[in-house]
Amino acid sequence: MTPTLSIRNLTVDIPTRHGTLRPVQDVSYDIAQGEILGVVGESGAGKSMAGNAVIGLLNPPAHIASGEIHLNGTRIDHLQGDDMRRLRGQQIGMVFQDPLTSLNPLLKIGDQLTETMLAHLDISQSEARKRAIAALEEVGIPGAAQRVDSYPHEFSGGMRQRVVIALALCAEPSLIIADEPTTALDVSVQAQIIALLKRLCRDRGTAVMLITHDMGVIAEAADRVAVMYAGQLTELGAVRDVLTAPLHPYTDGLMGSTPLASRGKARLHQIPGAMPRLDALPDGCAFHPRCPRAQADCVRNPGPTLSDGQGRAACFHPLVREDVA
Amino acid sequence: MALVSVTNLTRIFDVSKPWLNRVIERKPKAMLTAVSDVSFDIEERTVYALVGESGSGKSTIGKMLVGLLAPSTGSVDIRGVDLARETDAAKIDDVRADIQMIFQDPFASLNPRWRVRDIIVEPVAARGGETRGLAERLLEQVGLAARDAGKFPHEFSGGQRQRICIARALASEPKLIVCDEPTSALDVSVQAQVLNLMSDLKDEFGLTYLFISHDLTVVQHMADKIGVLYLGRLVEEADPDTLFDTPKHPYTQMLLAAAPQLDGFGREVAPPTGEIPDPINPPPGCAYNPRCPLAADICRTTRPELRRVGNARVACHMVD
Repeated sequence: MTPTLSIRNLTVDIPTRHGTLRPVQDVSYDIAQGEILGVVGESGAGKSMAGNAVIGLLNPPAHIASGEIHLNGTRIDHLQGDDMRRLRGQQIGMVFQDPLTSLNPLLKIGDQLTETMLAHLDISQSEARKRAIAALEEVGIPGAAQRVDSYPHEFSGGMRQRVVIALALCAEPSLIIADEPTTALDVSVQAQIIALLKRLCRDRGTAVMLITHDMGVIAEAADRVAVMYAGQLTELGAVRDVLTAPLHPYTDGLMGSTPLASRGKARLHQIPGAMPRLDALPDGCAFHPRCPRAQADCVRNPGPTLSDGQGRAACFHPLVREDVA
Repeated sequence: MALVSVTNLTRIFDVSKPWLNRVIERKPKAMLTAVSDVSFDIEERTVYALVGESGSGKSTIGKMLVGLLAPSTGSVDIRGVDLARETDAAKIDDVRADIQMIFQDPFASLNPRWRVRDIIVEPVAARGGETRGLAERLLEQVGLAARDAGKFPHEFSGGQRQRICIARALASEPKLIVCDEPTSALDVSVQAQVLNLMSDLKDEFGLTYLFISHDLTVVQHMADKIGVLYLGRLVEEADPDTLFDTPKHPYTQMLLAAAPQLDGFGREVAPPTGEIPDPINPPPGCAYNPRCPLAADICRTTRPELRRVGNARVACHMVD
């Protein structure tokens, strides 16, 4: 079966006066129908940039330099203008981090929902309003028939994010890109939103790209996980395997520095140093200057990659686990 | 004796509309109770953590502790001195020199026009202390280089900036540091570096921390004692092991269940219902009663007192 989204060797370039920066480098992964793929990494790892490339929202001068993006078997990375606009909303829904800034404060939420539906679906105004109320009910907004005529400021943060999810799903897209959907929310509201996202996508068979820095959210929501570092995919696999038995030294260090994983220990595991700047990437594997397992050949170019979208860790000397085949 | 002793602390903000609007719209004054009758002690050389969701009043308590806000009623005693009521200027000055603060956003809390050296020595220079070589020494202690003293804040990453903030907080040799979400703006691996640094400095200088956070996992790692806040009220207080192994208050239980877990693969739990109520019109009785699965009639009429249950202090009618 063709995956809903298939990214192959995606590279994003930003030309600047001081040379070309490469925030996303040779990234490949698939998302199957109904699957939630978690994309994790620290700030500047390129996880949001890859998501923006899929939906055609790269800010110039950033552009896709090479690689292919296929949605349901159709190539979409070269689409421009109106073709791309039709795709957005109709086939790809987007949920951003800040629910306040992703809604228009001057429009009633019902109008924002019907606008999206009328743009993408062949239905009447009254039918669209009916569907808008149904969509709000589905995301768990109490009294949807009345609240449909409220403005965004009349909702709390968690309720606003529900509206944004309703908005992303209202044209029945086959892929949702959720970029840090719960980062601005409290723990209890976060749990509600994650549960909602999981339920809706399972019911409709929507594929989800869940971009986050929170390992706990990934563990609970995702089926598979892609770990990014300095623009490159470092590890890809089933969420349980990657989180409990990471093969890439970076994933291993990241898990160790999570306070949750080191309960009762006096000190957290530290990865020395910081992520390299994009204009000063080291030769070979981008992680080797910080890596405890680095050897002489880690500086050789080209560095390790997962360019076929298969395999586990982009590393010349991955950790050895006996229990993982 | 405890270093910090907070007694029946309450802070009420007037969030009314302007006078004329109130007259025209016939609206009463609106009073927001951010902190309501909170009492706790912080022992010397320990880490006391306050956790809660947004609007729970944790930052307001931190600000009242350092004297940035005055309490409406109740008191904060630091080394036996109540900063809001003490009249002896010398005594106030003496205590204030013992308190410093680290803020959440390392990009907003450093003056972009000042060199790092000036930023760090400011707490000492303001009191006319000797500052020669101080910035360089502190920078090395927080894991930066002495030559960084001549740079400006924009030359540093978020984690490095938070180290500068820590160096500034250490400059006046304080006893108590109030840390308001010190690692919330940082990535996990940087957060680990900063938390380790804070632990090391605590042992080295004999510091006491009030650690304010919304992140249960960070609090669990750092704290000696944890206070859980809900709508400005302290609902439970216990040491980390007791709190995380046997949470007693229904709100704490809900919070722990809702927190994502690293081994929670495909976990299907019923997410918590409802949201934090409006602090201008809090529900009568226990603030948590509209969301509480155990709520009985008494919970809707009488506010529960914080009382000792085993190793913990809990404010709930239904716990025994």
